[in-house]
Amino acid sequence: MLKNRIIPCLDVKNGRVVKGINFVELKDAGDPVEQAKIYSDGGADEICFLDITASNENRETIIDIVRNTAKECFVPLTVGGGVRTIQNITDLLLAGADKVSINTAVVKNVDFVKEASKKFGSQCIVVAIDAKKVSENKWEVFTHGGRNKTGIDAVDFAKKVEENGAGEILLTSMDKDGTKSGYDVDLLKAITNSTNIPVIASGGVGTLDHLYDGIVKGGASAVLAASIFHYGEYKIKDAKEYLNSKNVSVRL
Amino acid sequence: MNVTIVDYQSGNISSVINSFTEVAKGEVNLEVTSDIKKIKFSDKIVLPGQGSFKSCVDSLNQIKGLVDTLKEFAITNKKPLLGICVGLQMFADIGYEEAETKGLGWISGKVSKIDNQKGKFKLPHIGWNEIEIQKESKIFKDIKNKSHMYFVHSYEFIPEDKSVISAITNYSSKIVCSVERDNLFGTQFHPEKSDKIGLKVIDNFLKL
Repeated sequence: MLKNRIIPCLDVKNGRVVKGINFVELKDAGDPVEQAKIYSDGGADEICFLDITASNENRETIIDIVRNTAKECFVPLTVGGGVRTIQNITDLLLAGADKVSINTAVVKNVDFVKEASKKFGSQCIVVAIDAKKVSENKWEVFTHGGRNKTGIDAVDFAKKVEENGAGEILLTSMDKDGTKSGYDVDLLKAITNSTNIPVIASGGVGTLDHLYDGIVKGGASAVLAASIFHYGEYKIKDAKEYLNSKNVSVRL
Repeated sequence: MNVTIVDYQSGNISSVINSFTEVAKGEVNLEVTSDIKKIKFSDKIVLPGQGSFKSCVDSLNQIKGLVDTLKEFAITNKKPLLGICVGLQMFADIGYEEAETKGLGWISGKVSKIDNQKGKFKLPHIGWNEIEIQKESKIFKDIKNKSHMYFVHSYEFIPEDKSVISAITNYSSKIVCSVERDNLFGTQFHPEKSDKIGLKVIDNFLKL
């Protein structure tokens, strides 16, 4: 039976982890490679890096981080943030990323998914959708961390990226992100019910119960979380044992 | 020992290189190449594969003499070869991804889309699934039945001769996830991405 995945996400800025894990054993709380290794040793099913570096000059650093992480972590590694061109994808994959997550570039031009999945295979193309609720059961795609409205309906957009060859959707609720009040389960349901590719839930996790809701109520194939793991509130193992105790199948 | 990872310019093989480098730890001479001479004189070959069946077969065929060299190595001389993901799928006679495409024809059978029961199951089949070992296999030495391996694929290999199947996994149906015949090995899952247990599969192959 296919297991539900738990994916810790590390925000990286100028080569440093922004919200680091508060582990005593950690030598350097800002080192993404060391943190990724802790997650992978702790049973993470995948690791996700989100590069939030603003300037182009420092973007090279993520390549080095990916290269060094891939030499030590033997679980899938997804990298997103600022991926705009085929060359960006090539660079990340060559450095050792297994999947690349693309966002704004797809909103601007949906053919980019087609081009990327044709060139590299759907298995490594994740489309990140940032959505905000605009009315009852209606969500709109936003870009630039929720600042820019696009006028595109999130459900229609999800179907479109699937048709164009996306392998997975990483769905973030901009209303919930950072609130620790749980995923937007209605949004998740709307997207998982209208697409046939795996959906990774993101944005809003504050408790282990929220992970359960994302999978069981929202229909997500994987759950992504940042702060509950970063600040050491829970370990990956805690999350898995909790889900397992509630009959959600995970890799233990 | 010389082990060659065949680099035929199709898909991302960084993870395969990283994991074999980690397991080999300098004790094995690892080459990443499409140089036919080097392949001929290898002791073992790894055939990775990402992207579509068609794109992988096309890329193999673009390198003059490569297919014949691989066949002589694995089939005529029965030297150890491990195919990973589409690398395994290409063992088949025929594949149906993108367009009907002739495979290497090393193990009779076809590669077709996983029946996801009219959308009841998501595709690709992505994530960790348990392998159910069907027969004793050299690459599963010291690996427990029902170990988790990492999968990412939408197509499955259906061999005619079921005796080659060394493990299956349960998704929308029972999917062949590894085959073994003589010294020919293939895994549908990605040992290079399957954590310590995956590295053990690689270790077993290197120690053959």
